[in-house]
Amino acid sequence: MNINRRRILILLPAAAIAWKSVLAGTPEESPNYKMSDHWWSMLIDIPKCIGCGNCVRACAAENDVPDGNFRTWVERYHVSDENMTEPEVISPDGGKEGFPVATADAAKYFFVPKMCNHCADSPCTQVCPVGATFISPDGVVLVDQKYCLGCAYCVQACPYGCRYIHPEKKVADKCTLCYHRITKGLTTACCEACPTGARQLADLKDPKDPIHEFLKTHSVQILKPQMATGAKVFYNDLDGSVR
Amino acid sequence: MQLAFGQVRLMNGVEGFMYPNEVGLQWSVLIVLYPFITGLVAGAFILASLERVFRVEAVKPTYRLALLTALAFLLVAPLPLQLHLGHPERSPEMYFTPHSTSAMAMFGYVYLWYLMAVLVLEIWLDYRRDIVLFSQSAPKLTRWIYKLMTLGSNNIGPRSLAIDERVGWIVTLIGIPSAFLLHGYVGFIFGSIKANPWWSSPLMPVVFIFSAMVSGIAGVMLLYMVITKLRKQTIDMRCVDTIAMYLFYIFIIDFSLEMLDLIHRVYEADESFRSLNFLVHTQLYIPHIVIQIFLGTLTPIVLLGITQVMKLREIVRKRIYVVAGCLTMIGIFAMRWNVVIGGQLFSKSFLGYTTYKMALVTREGLLVAIFLTILPLFFLWALIKLLPPWTEPSAHQAAGD
Repeated sequence: MNINRRRILILLPAAAIAWKSVLAGTPEESPNYKMSDHWWSMLIDIPKCIGCGNCVRACAAENDVPDGNFRTWVERYHVSDENMTEPEVISPDGGKEGFPVATADAAKYFFVPKMCNHCADSPCTQVCPVGATFISPDGVVLVDQKYCLGCAYCVQACPYGCRYIHPEKKVADKCTLCYHRITKGLTTACCEACPTGARQLADLKDPKDPIHEFLKTHSVQILKPQMATGAKVFYNDLDGSVR
Repeated sequence: MQLAFGQVRLMNGVEGFMYPNEVGLQWSVLIVLYPFITGLVAGAFILASLERVFRVEAVKPTYRLALLTALAFLLVAPLPLQLHLGHPERSPEMYFTPHSTSAMAMFGYVYLWYLMAVLVLEIWLDYRRDIVLFSQSAPKLTRWIYKLMTLGSNNIGPRSLAIDERVGWIVTLIGIPSAFLLHGYVGFIFGSIKANPWWSSPLMPVVFIFSAMVSGIAGVMLLYMVITKLRKQTIDMRCVDTIAMYLFYIFIIDFSLEMLDLIHRVYEADESFRSLNFLVHTQLYIPHIVIQIFLGTLTPIVLLGITQVMKLREIVRKRIYVVAGCLTMIGIFAMRWNVVIGGQLFSKSFLGYTTYKMALVTREGLLVAIFLTILPLFFLWALIKLLPPWTEPSAHQAAGD
């Protein structure tokens, strides 16, 4: 092909556009992110959750979560004072499309968003036979999907039901705490989409993070503390009936 | 719309509340087969060791058959696991990069140790004399197989055979704890899951070991009786009576351990009790109470007990042993089913239940499960053809001697 100045002038911008689209498919590097400077967790403020399902939809869209499985979901509790230990719980389609109207009665209703607790002593990483699931130095439990066997032992070991086997990839899948976002200084998709601020990403290693003040001044719990998993998703005002 | 979805979920077999990711079961009938098969391996080996290490001469007619049965089933044992994996091609990673904190990571090593260092070695040592003789007398086509199996060791002088005997004894001695390890370890895989109260129990490995012995002993007893009948030979009643006696006593220990676990759960009645109790009275009623406990445990124990306390005619004893043996196998299979499937039917929220729908022709379906259950019998048939376990001289041996 005869390359002259005219052709080069046409080809160069085309190549630049093509290269840009190649780069668009490549994850952006985070050169200034230092894993040892962070210890990620999440704060969930139960009284603020309105059960709109924004977080579930945002998570599904951001992370391409397969239908029928959930990296995060919302449960609605209905607790009557006659039977406080046996609540009636629903989570239709993970709360993705919100909830049916509650019947007016004397019992209390509240929403509980759920997700991976990114446990410091996580039973799921303990049992993985090849170490494909691991906790990163910044406290996020992740799965190396190129290494996972798909044995589902981690799914069995998670006390919170946060894991599933991806129906197409045939490997374990779960919340990554939007690792691709938080390492670039962004918050998670669920936190960003929450209209009431019921979910707050928190960095326990950052002394300026408001989580420290919050933990000092509120009654905060984790789920299933008897499991001793070192869960790092903190719930404000968690009712005793929540499982 | 949302209500409609809820109804669909109800139609999908969900009752109450399950965490949304829990609705489908992760471990299928193939994972039921795995402990069932390894249990038979471990139990058959323990039966073989009765003769070899504990000098129970009466069970000698089943010694070699027990070893070959263990090998046939052990060869099939990893297949259900492989078929279950999302990425079976990655399973060698368990050998190359085992995760030190995982109970499952040891599987490859335990399996290989048991296969190569115990079973194959013991069978080879025990059959070495026969293999050498076959390599000289067998028809041309099979002769080279035997030649290969001699591994170049053709010396069958008395001193050499005495060394074989001694080494074989040591291998069996190592084999007993190895068999316990193989199956106790499978129990530990379940028993160490703190998230699941149906599994989480320190008794689980012990229960698995004893149930393995029960199933292996019953399995070899049945195989011995059936094969002897097919060969039109006489069943050695002294041998079968002794096996039945061991089966009876080990069964009592196994049942006591299982009942101890059950009573402990009922009496302690922790946070999971209401949920599990409901499950046992509904979905698991038939497989657990009826099939496992009454049909598969109490009935064979009573039947075997009758043979221990009453003087019965040979034909009656034979029939009782066959019925008790078959019921035992059903009971032990039900026990594996109830552990594996039962442990996934309730929500970890203890607020709901799901159902297991077994597919028919999928990779983890019923047909594959049936195929994998029958496959060890084909392997056993091939092994028996290659290495006849009978004590009476075969055509090969007659020619060789």
